[in-house]
Amino acid sequence: MSTDQTSTIQISQSAHQGGQAGKPSETREHWYLEPDGALRARVSNLKFWYADGTQAIDDVSMPLVDKKVTALIGPSGCGKSTFLRCFNRMHDLYQGVKYSGSINLLPEDENLIDLDANIVRMRVGMVFQKPNPFPKSIYENVIAGLKIRGIRKREVLDEIVETSLRQAALWDEVKDRLHQPALSMSGGQQQRLCIARALAVKPEILLLDEPTSALDPIATAKVEDLINELSGNVTVLIVTHNMQQAARISNYTAYMYLGKLIEYNDTNDLFQRPKCQRTEDYITGRFG
Amino acid sequence: MSTSHESHLHHISQQFNTELSQLRDDFLKMGGMVEDQIVKAMEALENHDYELAEATRIKDKEVDQLELLIDEEANRVMVKRQPTASDLRLVISVVKMVADLERIGDEAKKIAKFALSMFDENGNFVAAPRGYVEARHIAQHVVAMVRDSLDAFARFDTEMALRIIKEDKRVDEEYKAATRSLVTYMMEDPRSITSCLSIMWVLRALERVGDHACNIAEHVIYLVEGEDVRHTPMDETERVVGR
Repeated sequence: MSTDQTSTIQISQSAHQGGQAGKPSETREHWYLEPDGALRARVSNLKFWYADGTQAIDDVSMPLVDKKVTALIGPSGCGKSTFLRCFNRMHDLYQGVKYSGSINLLPEDENLIDLDANIVRMRVGMVFQKPNPFPKSIYENVIAGLKIRGIRKREVLDEIVETSLRQAALWDEVKDRLHQPALSMSGGQQQRLCIARALAVKPEILLLDEPTSALDPIATAKVEDLINELSGNVTVLIVTHNMQQAARISNYTAYMYLGKLIEYNDTNDLFQRPKCQRTEDYITGRFG
Repeated sequence: MSTSHESHLHHISQQFNTELSQLRDDFLKMGGMVEDQIVKAMEALENHDYELAEATRIKDKEVDQLELLIDEEANRVMVKRQPTASDLRLVISVVKMVADLERIGDEAKKIAKFALSMFDENGNFVAAPRGYVEARHIAQHVVAMVRDSLDAFARFDTEMALRIIKEDKRVDEEYKAATRSLVTYMMEDPRSITSCLSIMWVLRALERVGDHACNIAEHVIYLVEGEDVRHTPMDETERVVGR
């Protein structure tokens, strides 16, 4: 405080044009929140290599909170989709890939990497960037997973179809045309159908890989509302390029860069008061 | 994690950098204007300068226009850029601090009006018997606070912001002491009540200027540290600033 002690009052406009910073910015390399509440899975020291030896995931450890939405954000090529795909062993479709570390499903404490990939995929559902309904009726699409599991009873199937379509906020729009081809629906509806199809088998974890990037703003808003509704019922892990979307729909957010997890934090905190300089730079558009 | 005063200049989008710089510069420009308004209003009062008081009163309209412009710029940044983290805090703080600057402008206008009201119908200045020394002293104090709060914003200097918050307590004490002595004087000489009351209103306006400078300082701490220190005990504010 520089109180002016002379009798005349002076002003100094030039003094307000900046100067040296108050204090240097603190830089934290990594920051991980230990969340409250039950966990659905815990990833420990996960590393992943593609067949050509490229390491896409480098020692990532993070919790997946039960019945909450966790978003993965980061620049292209940071490994977020690769990480997501580890959860249903999608990479096993290619020869020569290598995992190390673990993804333990809780409370059973089973390492998902050691389980049979087909079993994993029955327990972990996934929805992709582009809607990919089967060229069958809406009804047939929803029950596809149930039929594989051997559920044939009409009443059971009818009920699950209604519940899943309601959960996916699609029921009112399609209840009168359940037996029409799924491909006759709009893109947004198709995507919600894919989510209904994934929900029908009651997955332990639902993976969403940029589920709205091929949709228009209205369809996007509907899918986002749906994801908000799912929070509290289903454990969701979502990859999105749209940071505002992550801020809107997730409870927890993980920022990845070059295959490493930089910050895992409560979503509100991450977007308002990030702990790491690199997170701040990414979410404010200073680097990307 | 605290933020540096130049961080809003390092976006990938140059246009975004320009928009935030413009917002900051306009805010500082408005700050310079209201600081000048207080100084001029006090000069008019002390030197019995009718023209200067009138000019100061009229200039408040320009300050008001600048407030509207800054609010509009802030709105535009939010709509176009959806700022996050420190960028969001910058925009939010500017919107809130601009309201404080505008109120400082209003207080300057009030002082100018009191100066005008002290001229009688013949154009003679009817001075209050006392209170000027106290008013001048408090004015120096609060003008320095306003200037420092703008500097603290320009440099993202939380230490300086903390000093301003502490300084406000001193201004409050000075204000109370000055009021007490004027009340005593009025009791002794009731003929002086009208002119003494005018000076008391001037003191009150100056004390409010100090409060607004203090609000700006609190917003600077929020902007840099990401923690809201309004309605917070001093020791907690000191912890946030890291002392």
